Amino acid sequence: MFKRLNITCNEATKICDKNQYGEITILEKIKLKIHFLNCVICKLYTKQNLLLSLFYKKQAEACKKVHHCLTSEEKEVLKQKIKEVKT
Amino acid sequence: MLQKQNTLDPNKWIDEYADYLFNYAIVRVNNSDLAKDLVQDTFFAGLKSAKNFQGKASERTWLVSILKRKVIDHYRKINSKKGQAEVRMNFYNDGENEGNWLEERVPQDWNNASEKAIENEELKSQIDVCIDNLPEKYAMVFRMKTIQEFETEEICKELEISTSNLWVIIHRARTQLRKCMEDNWFNN
Repeated sequence: MFKRLNITCNEATKICDKNQYGEITILEKIKLKIHFLNCVICKLYTKQNLLLSLFYKKQAEACKKVHHCLTSEEKEVLKQKIKEVKT
Repeated sequence: MLQKQNTLDPNKWIDEYADYLFNYAIVRVNNSDLAKDLVQDTFFAGLKSAKNFQGKASERTWLVSILKRKVIDHYRKINSKKGQAEVRMNFYNDGENEGNWLEERVPQDWNNASEKAIENEELKSQIDVCIDNLPEKYAMVFRMKTIQEFETEEICKELEISTSNLWVIIHRARTQLRKCMEDNWFNN
């Protein structure tokens, strides 16, 4: 049974990444905790991941404020092209 | 005779939908030129298949459905073999160490791990640079999930990938990003 709970660092950090979005299962959570018992590297990865998530979140906020538009020149060019295709 | 509920009027397309479609494309592909091309292709494809328009959906919904296909086609293209080759490994791929950290990729302590940097403009551009350094497919999925904050289910549906595939991509993207940020920001 315990063997099934044993995971590699690759697996553990994958769960940790998934956890940044709050989308892990209870079983994954248990596996992660067990892995942390004897892996300081993945523990460090997790700690650093939290800080990165915080930074990414800020980036997301800034990004959402931008509304992307085409310039009127670009629209004119498109109109012209559509006209050509239509005829 | 039954009248169609909705009709197409290509003369109005640009003024009414170009910005909407451009915005739709750019939050997914994060590249202005590419987004412009996708929008243009959508209008062309729309003109070509206008005779198939049944009038059930609104004009905009119909155009968006065409653009959706263009986005998937683009994703498929960057998901081809060429894209796969660029992935940097972080863990042993086989042997008795399979799944363990590769020695040169083991996370290091950070010298400069302060939360205060969050308002720093340089930090923001460094994050952008690091995301842009990822293979395009990883950057696209990572951005959609983390920066645009799409639901997992929605990304999977739009790009026609499985959930487990999405998490593998997110994992590889984040591990690689972490390393890039470590080298260029935290321990620079």
